Amino acid sequence: MGRKLLLEKAAVEGIRSYEVYRREGGYLSVEKALKNMTPDQVTDEVKKSGLRGRGGAGFPTGLKWSFIAKPEGIPRHLVCNADESEPGTFKDRYLMEFLPHLLIEGLIVSSYALGSNTTYVYIRGEYAWILEILEQAIAEAKNNGWLGKNILGSGFDCEIYMHRGAGAYICGEETALIESLEGKRGNPRIKPPFPAVKGAWDRPTVVNNVETLAAIVPIINMGAEEYAKIGVGKSTGTKLISACGNINKPGVYEIDMTISVEEFIYGEEYCGGIPGGKRLKACIPGGSSVPILPANLLLKTAKGETRIMNYESLSDGGFAKGSMMGSGGFIVFDEDQCVVRHTLTLARFYHHESCGQCSPCREGTGWMEKILKNIEYGKGKHSDIDLLWDIQRKIEGNTICPLGDAAAWPVAAAIRHFRDEFEWHVNNPVECQQHNYGLAHYADALEPA
Amino acid sequence: MAEEQKKLFKVTIDNITIEVEPGTSILNAARKIGGDIVPPAMCYYTRLKGSGGKCRTCLVEVAAGSTADPRPMPKLVASCRTNVMDGMVVKNITSDKVIDARNGIVEFLLINHPLDCPICDQAGECHLQDLSYEHGLEGTRYEFPRRIFEKHDLGPYIQLHMTRCILCFRCVYVADQLTEKREHGILDRGDHSEIATYIKKSLDHDFIGNVIDVCPVGALTDRTFRFKNRVWFTKPVDAHRECNNPKCCGKVTLWYRGEEVFRVTARKDQWGEVDDWICNECRFEKKLTSDWVIEGPTMVNRHSVIAQGHYVGVEKPQEVLYDVLDGRKPRLFMDIHKISEVNEPGRDLSKIEGPAHSTDFVEHKNK
Ligand SMILES: Cc1cc2nc3c(=O)[nH]c(=O)nc-3n(C[C@H](O)[C@H](O)[C@H](O)COP(=O)(O)O)c2cc1C
Ligand code: SF4
Ligand code: SF4
Ligand code: FES
Repeated sequence: MGRKLLLEKAAVEGIRSYEVYRREGGYLSVEKALKNMTPDQVTDEVKKSGLRGRGGAGFPTGLKWSFIAKPEGIPRHLVCNADESEPGTFKDRYLMEFLPHLLIEGLIVSSYALGSNTTYVYIRGEYAWILEILEQAIAEAKNNGWLGKNILGSGFDCEIYMHRGAGAYICGEETALIESLEGKRGNPRIKPPFPAVKGAWDRPTVVNNVETLAAIVPIINMGAEEYAKIGVGKSTGTKLISACGNINKPGVYEIDMTISVEEFIYGEEYCGGIPGGKRLKACIPGGSSVPILPANLLLKTAKGETRIMNYESLSDGGFAKGSMMGSGGFIVFDEDQCVVRHTLTLARFYHHESCGQCSPCREGTGWMEKILKNIEYGKGKHSDIDLLWDIQRKIEGNTICPLGDAAAWPVAAAIRHFRDEFEWHVNNPVECQQHNYGLAHYADALEPA
Repeated sequence: MAEEQKKLFKVTIDNITIEVEPGTSILNAARKIGGDIVPPAMCYYTRLKGSGGKCRTCLVEVAAGSTADPRPMPKLVASCRTNVMDGMVVKNITSDKVIDARNGIVEFLLINHPLDCPICDQAGECHLQDLSYEHGLEGTRYEFPRRIFEKHDLGPYIQLHMTRCILCFRCVYVADQLTEKREHGILDRGDHSEIATYIKKSLDHDFIGNVIDVCPVGALTDRTFRFKNRVWFTKPVDAHRECNNPKCCGKVTLWYRGEEVFRVTARKDQWGEVDDWICNECRFEKKLTSDWVIEGPTMVNRHSVIAQGHYVGVEKPQEVLYDVLDGRKPRLFMDIHKISEVNEPGRDLSKIEGPAHSTDFVEHKNK
């Protein structure tokens, strides 16, 4: 049974309100940090905890914080990235909806560590009702002296402001988010300079994911050492996984990063297996941007080891034979799902969400969508598959921001692992519209390498 | 006061080493060397702050970051927005990766381009034409309808042909930086982005005509010149006048056909960038020789078919071939000795009496 650090109290009646949250031990980390620790000590704790960013890239949070420039007389900002728009990822939504005060608490401690007197939460436009929940929580925190001037007599001032996005996935990319926060068009910036040096209004800025900032609370409460004991290797602490697709129990799960992928999919405590006793075909383990894996590479690595739900194990095998933890959006496909169709869906998404600044992503995403559409609707050619491969290859790595890569990877992985399914679509233009290619050999055990 | 000697950074681009001031971009360092090794730049514009980084045509490979940290950079970088470090080693045309990526970028830029060069006023001085000539495929692999927009007349002087636009953002920066009234010029996002028509508002501005000069393609054209002539029939002449507008430099290029001035543009350097902005009055209203003091024929830059003509002052690329040959596949030159028996290096032609015959060489070989 995994240990819960974030969602432990999610089911407590009324936990959304300040009184209940406080009664259940809320805001203790703020007391501990502001009264007994210096900002640098808080940063050190976070470093020691081994916490890695939960927004997708998995960059060590403490290290990121230590990069923030501290020029004299210039304000710094912490910005919470609550733009969560990656298909398949809905963990931040759950956390904010049910435990708004946990995020606020994490934000105050983190703001203290970074010296941010004005902290922003950039929230996805479609999460309008959560905006209200968080605004209510901020007001309650402020009324109870956790925000405002001279918090707990520590001399530290902090205000948190909500900023609602306008429905663009790209505004989740940290520099586009900053542009949007400044009131501009959400185009990613060209880096360097990095936000830690020149971020919002050219001031040093740290952008962190909702879950990352919430995890600061247990780290301070239990101490970095205890926190680092949970999990394995460089995957410390717990991770929220939003599971969806063909599983019996879709939802948000908090796991410690030692359980196997198999247990996560089939375990009663987690996804509870695949409905109708169908077989597993494939899975995207970390949100739509990460490579899809066929069942035989998902449950076991190419080396034949059991694949574990953590950063290292999921990426074992690189892109050729592995995937990524990403943002924790776990999408399961059963034997009746069509990989071509699914890849088309994703390509359409990235085409629609490209900001259009740089040529490879602007033009390449649309082109891939059109070709995929042809293949899916029985109008494809064999050369189209190679063309798709060539297009994704020319987008990847050549763009301003990682959205280009995120658009290229799913296409690359689908062709890499499911090429015969693409070919079947080309060879069987009529059948491919009547039924699916099915499971084929994707669940067969792999030849030992 | 003795000026402190600034430490210069040494950077090697395609095997040619040059010293530049810290803060110089790779692109500008390459431009200092000149010739074939200069990456093409479709969106960067020296005089426009914040420009560059978008088109990705200038991508280069950094084989060594610096002397202090000689690791290569994992991805290709935009040379217009990456500054050199001391000891940096850059590969442009000597890198297969770069050429491959650049071919890809050019293809991306062209898939939605109308390729209506025969009826486009920019033809002959279009950077996209140059680029596709060097890097483009013979045919297209794109089998879908191309993106089309309506033409817009943006006021009396400028026409916007959004269909041809490559979204380099240069005109947006011009409007931002030369005029006071506006912030953005691009509506929507992705491949349906368009230069917004509310750019109209700033079109009354004295300096907005400069968007025509910065546009690398034929998306923004001069309505007073449209369809009047092809640029390669016109003859460029440098001229100036006392302009009343204090911000206008008054230095222009007049494009003549016969005795008639067909259009007026700002003066451009060899990279196709303007030396200084000119006002609308100079550009659109002064089309008589008597308005101007003529200086002489224009030095023709490499970005123009006019350079194929016979005007004086044509600039040739620096002789860099031998420097870069190492590792590079020359496009045109070949080792004559390898394909012809006639010019054998071992045979001293000056020793042969009279006209040389192939038999002279056979003998030589048999010796
Ligand atoms: C296209 C794109 C969309 C992104 N969307 C999100 C998002 O919705 N939420 C998020 O936390 N990070 C998102 N990221 C990652 C952020 O850029 C950034 O890495 C993250 O907020 C850093 O937080 P962390 O260090 O706590 O993970 C996105 C990145 C890209 C390239
Ligand atoms: S990669 Fe795509 S989303 Fe990112 S800056 Fe370029 S065009 Fe915009
Ligand atoms: S209209 Fe011309 S200058 Fe403006 S963005 Fe398009 S190509 Fe660039
Ligand atoms: S010129 Fe460098 S990216 Fe366009």
